[in-house]
Amino acid sequence: MMSTSASTTADRSRTQSDSAASGIDWLLIGAIVAVIGASVNVLMFTPTEIHQGVAQKIFYLHVPAAIMGLYFSVIPMAIVSAMYLWLKDERLDRVAESFAEVGLVFVTVVLCTGPFWGKPVWGTYWQWEARLTSTLFLSFVLVGYLVMRGAIEQPESRARLSAIIGIMAGFLVPFIHLTVYMFNSLHPMPVVIKPEKATMSPEMSHSFLFSLSAFFLLMLALVRNRTRWATERDRQQALEDER
Amino acid sequence: MSGPQAVELLYASPGFFRDAFRVARKDLLIEFRTRSAFLAAAVFAVLSTAIFRFTWEPGRVSPLDIAPGVLWVIFAFSGILGLHRSFGVELADRALDALMASPMSREAVFVGKALANLAFLVCVQALALPAVGLFFNLPAGQFWWGIAGVSVLASIGLVAVGTLFAAITSNTRLAELLLPMLALPFFIPVVIPAAQVTSLLMNGRPFSETVDWIKLLAAFDIVFVAASTVAFPFTLEE
Repeated sequence: MMSTSASTTADRSRTQSDSAASGIDWLLIGAIVAVIGASVNVLMFTPTEIHQGVAQKIFYLHVPAAIMGLYFSVIPMAIVSAMYLWLKDERLDRVAESFAEVGLVFVTVVLCTGPFWGKPVWGTYWQWEARLTSTLFLSFVLVGYLVMRGAIEQPESRARLSAIIGIMAGFLVPFIHLTVYMFNSLHPMPVVIKPEKATMSPEMSHSFLFSLSAFFLLMLALVRNRTRWATERDRQQALEDER
Repeated sequence: MSGPQAVELLYASPGFFRDAFRVARKDLLIEFRTRSAFLAAAVFAVLSTAIFRFTWEPGRVSPLDIAPGVLWVIFAFSGILGLHRSFGVELADRALDALMASPMSREAVFVGKALANLAFLVCVQALALPAVGLFFNLPAGQFWWGIAGVSVLASIGLVAVGTLFAAITSNTRLAELLLPMLALPFFIPVVIPAAQVTSLLMNGRPFSETVDWIKLLAAFDIVFVAASTVAFPFTLEE
């Protein structure tokens, strides 16, 4: 009974992925071109900020990556995980896994680019600033989720148990935000230049929106690509099990 | 529980809680007879208090500044020591299957396990609080009651998430490593507010300053007790 259902799902995923996997991934190519275009635009055609200098250029990489990592990884992962527990469709599990992994990549970009900006502007590489702290804590959650996936052999229990963690992570995000914001509002911290609500020049905001769109495209393309890879992996696993 | 009457009263409560108390009583009885996890947690609590004492220069930093952090590091980690055991005991002889075959609802099993873990953690705290007070020469005063109250409030949240994750990781290889890795990030929104309240109370600040943090703790408790209870049945195989 189990092997029959496993082989039918393998067949289903095979027919779905065959047409997609054989062709060129135009979405990914488009996303890479868009990111390169956005970077060139930022470096060549966007004015340099008057106080922060060249360091401010990181803004166009750091902030879009943060938006993707914070809002477009854990929350979709939690929603897809809840849908998995409801529908028990293994494709949803692969999508949740992909969101977590790609989200971790973006969060890592945020944590690595932050210090480069922080040193010249804040005067220190690391600052327990609210958003940076949230990002750090969130990366721990994502790492825990991915390590746990690796520790469970049986595909059904791996999907089920990680879906529970995924949903819990969705509940955790607002609490982490609240905690670090409350902590920071009670503990004012010294900074070299006080980052105020700056009004960006039109060129800057256009460049920012360009970068943001490019990163959004990249996120979608990577998640799609990673999901396809997971489909192939599971298909191979199913073939090996049949043997 | 004070005597057989109290036990009778608990058993007379509606079915769900009666079942939950049965599970909690079973777990606590096992723990009481073996005392393995409690001794480990107690030794850990006292030992880490002593180690923290030697990383601290009394003249430079006030004990009132360092003690809240010490307390909450000890509470978070000693909680994990007890949690791991919660489902570890059910793996031997496949006792969990027998528990699942019983007519109790799975949510009642979860609540029972969580109650036993809460009792465990509160006992560790009852030991660690005076130990930290003694070793760090903290003043006696009314604020200790407030700290005890916050400890219980925070423990509810820790135990709810921790029991769920103990159930999840007990199914995996590397359970001992995975449980802290998964649970500690979820402990952050409990430990930070609790340590803040502890610090404010120790420094003689009025209760009103702690209200926002206490609200956050209460919200965490409500959300995660509910979510964990609903999620727990999914951790068990059909």
